[in-house]
Amino acid sequence: MVAASKMRTAQEATLSTRPFGQLLYRMRRTATTHAPDFIHPLLATRAVRRRAVILFGTDKGLCGALNSNLFRLAMQFDPATTLFITAGKRAAQFIARTGRRLAAEFTFADSPRFAEARPIAAFARDLFLKGDVDQVLIVATRFINTLIQQPSVVEFLPIGEITGLKIPGAESDGDVAADTGEVLFEFSAETVLAYLFGHYLNIYVYRVMLEAKASEQSARMVAMQNATDSAAGLIKDLTLEYNNVRQTNITKELLEIAGGQLGND
Amino acid sequence: MAATLKLEIVTPAGTVYAEDVEMVTLPGVAGQMGIYPRHVPLMTQLVPGEMIAHKEGRDLFIATGEGLIEVTARRVAILTDLAIPADRIDEAKAEEARQRAEARLREKLSDEEIASVNGSLARSLAQLRVKRRRRV
Repeated sequence: MVAASKMRTAQEATLSTRPFGQLLYRMRRTATTHAPDFIHPLLATRAVRRRAVILFGTDKGLCGALNSNLFRLAMQFDPATTLFITAGKRAAQFIARTGRRLAAEFTFADSPRFAEARPIAAFARDLFLKGDVDQVLIVATRFINTLIQQPSVVEFLPIGEITGLKIPGAESDGDVAADTGEVLFEFSAETVLAYLFGHYLNIYVYRVMLEAKASEQSARMVAMQNATDSAAGLIKDLTLEYNNVRQTNITKELLEIAGGQLGND
Repeated sequence: MAATLKLEIVTPAGTVYAEDVEMVTLPGVAGQMGIYPRHVPLMTQLVPGEMIAHKEGRDLFIATGEGLIEVTARRVAILTDLAIPADRIDEAKAEEARQRAEARLREKLSDEEIASVNGSLARSLAQLRVKRRRRV
């Protein structure tokens, strides 16, 4: 039941960061809708010639089809134009085995820490800002509940309208549109946005990590539960078989004794 | 009844505070600022320091880390890495964190490490300031 307690910790961590993610998402949207004449390099949409994919796998196996589902999704990207950044040992092994280009390899612990998210976000941001890639995507497993984990592709850079990711509880567009008055930025829109984006990317990666970890622990617990169940079934069958054989032997021996006794009489 | 503002304080660990208050004083990047209801929409940065929420004649003191502030006419949303009400600050722990950070600063560090140590130093100082001021 180690998996069950790890799963609970990972799930709680994921759920408790949701309000933070929602608020950050809302602020990001307010900031970008109210500062339209300001173009930040991280917002720049370019024609996609090369892209980077951040792939979040697990460190260990024994978690059902989680990784294979994820890697199937990662396979669809053209190896010639795609650079991979991996987090988790299995993801790195997969990229190496299939001969794709690996730009960097990161790890994250069982309970992901914010400090582990920062270098990943920084690496991807630098690739994008230097113009090495025109788009950064994240391929990771989204945690829905204990039984359902969904491999998904979400956009990371450029920062735009996030289409692939539904944040539960995030307000609808109407709410923001109603609020079209001027917004004051102190000191300036540039500094506030630069700070916001820096934070936004780090938190984004951190949340993806937490979700991936919660998914992994849930999938592992379910896989382990299935293994326990089928082992229990096997034991039951074998016990029945054993008892059958034993009973047959006893009956046979009794018959022999009885037969021998009859012969003596 | 006086007009109120909805004050929301959210940290990565969850929502710390979400209540209607009459006024709030915040440590912003441009200095300490007081926000009343019907404030003009504003976005700015929060710096480590002391936040005061005024609610029904009582003041609640909160130590904050750095983060972002979003003000609209009816709401103040604060996104920060740290927010601890004065009565829950562990002074000994904060003092220990301050000393640890100061000791680290004397070592040879990379720019990134210095930034992160300075950050934790500012956070522990903010807590100590709030706690010690309340006592005298």
